[in-house]
Amino acid sequence: MRRSRRTLVALRSGPEWAIEAIIRVLGVSTIGLVALIFIFLLTEGLPAFFEIPLGNLLGIRWYPTSELYGTLPLLLGSVLITVVAMIIAFPLGVCTAVFIREIAPAWAREILKPMVEVLAGIPSVVLGFFGMVVLAPVVREGLGAPTGLTTFTGALVLAYMALPTIISVAEDALDAVPKSYRDAGLAMGATEWQTIWRVVLPAARSGILMALMLGMGRAIGETMAVMMVTGNAARMPVGLDALLRPVRTMTATIAAEMGEVASGSTHYHVLFAIALILFVLVFAITLASASVMFRRRERGGLR
Amino acid sequence: MVETKIRVDHVSYWYSGNQALSDISLEVPARSVTVFFGPAGGGKTTLLRLINRLNAQLENTRMEGSILVDGEDIYAPTVSLPELRRRAGMVFALPLPLPGTIRQNVLYGPSLAGIRDRARLDGILYRSLVQAALWDEVKDRLDSPASGFSGGQQQRLCIARSLAVEPDILLLDEPTSGLDPISTAKVEQSLMELKEQYTIILVPHSVQQAARVADYAAFFLMGELVEQGSGEALFTRARDQRTEDYVTGRFG
Repeated sequence: MRRSRRTLVALRSGPEWAIEAIIRVLGVSTIGLVALIFIFLLTEGLPAFFEIPLGNLLGIRWYPTSELYGTLPLLLGSVLITVVAMIIAFPLGVCTAVFIREIAPAWAREILKPMVEVLAGIPSVVLGFFGMVVLAPVVREGLGAPTGLTTFTGALVLAYMALPTIISVAEDALDAVPKSYRDAGLAMGATEWQTIWRVVLPAARSGILMALMLGMGRAIGETMAVMMVTGNAARMPVGLDALLRPVRTMTATIAAEMGEVASGSTHYHVLFAIALILFVLVFAITLASASVMFRRRERGGLR
Repeated sequence: MVETKIRVDHVSYWYSGNQALSDISLEVPARSVTVFFGPAGGGKTTLLRLINRLNAQLENTRMEGSILVDGEDIYAPTVSLPELRRRAGMVFALPLPLPGTIRQNVLYGPSLAGIRDRARLDGILYRSLVQAALWDEVKDRLDSPASGFSGGQQQRLCIARSLAVEPDILLLDEPTSGLDPISTAKVEQSLMELKEQYTIILVPHSVQQAARVADYAAFFLMGELVEQGSGEALFTRARDQRTEDYVTGRFG
């Protein structure tokens, strides 16, 4: 039997080449799609900045029927509701993560972790409905708000929605702290709690910061639940009572009005301009969290 | 007669059903260096961690026998773990600076213990760093991040950190395994000075190191204590054939 001559030159066989090409096309097209969406946003949104004066666009009155396109109340509405949601969700989420990772016995951890994931899977419309029928009356009667559909109600629902993200990311960050850190803390005579507070949490701080950012990204982009529970009045959320008054976010505005506008009209372009602002905002948050992660990697993990 | 600091009395220990230590009895003399040596998996580190109860938070473990420090049973239910661990400081194999500066690292323990007085903290900082033979190298950079120092400096920083809480006992688990020979020599040198005041138990990273620093030695093999005695006796004329074979490099 004659042995075929071996060669070191790799011959690209047919199927190998085809599979590689398919993977390449798929990979590039994903990036391409994102780029296309951005270009679409730009072409539809940018005209708004030329069609109406900047003073109007950044004004405080959003009455599209009267040609008043002030996006400031919407922007502030989104920011306020997100910030309040984070003030509620961040401490709660970090504490839960600490409990799951550091304090709970193994069997409880096994139950709690999947439960947190299930929490993340609840459709936002269900949470919005829950907010409407359960939270809103509580806010109205318990806190004396004129209506139950307020910034605070929205922030509560958003906090609930951001919790799973914050918990699982923070928990991963705690998990990444080497066991030797805990030993070192305990060996210095720290109590379990001192070790968690003074050693483990500081060591995991960049990951915990990332949990906050991702939770924020999740909250600011949320539409359906927010639309259902915030009352959607485009008023400036200023003053101490802003929390207990209705508010309108950028996302809710786009969702509520996009179906009604004439394609190509000024109103239509402004809605896309709002989407553009939202995009930039979320992009900035993502970028910030990525840079936190990058810094962490640069320093060689948590060491 | 030498004073006994730690008495290990018929200690057996199981990790989730596997026996890690079987019926260990030994005495650790005060103000001297005792080495626990032997091949990996012999139970040296386990026993070391039992002495400051660092295994307390592990699940599925069981211990029999008792360990006495200054005649006091440290496994008695009334013992305060933070108090015990302040008395028996521990240094680990990998230099592990906590996030923060040199100053913060050394003063972690004292500030956890609630010491706030500035002058007193400065005193502790100075004393600990001098004792760990690190002061001269870091005195101008006390507020630089600890992560910027060499492995040898970081390990001596960890020793300083343990000393800052004023322990009687220093437990060192292969403290020089990641260090170069010069840094190792410095750490060993500071141990020689520290043993004037402290009871030191060292798990060495080599037989040679054990022989260099041991006043007393205990040879562990597969969870058993094969032989114990003065360092000089164990490393030159071991009574047990297994000790002899290990010390002369016939296995391990």
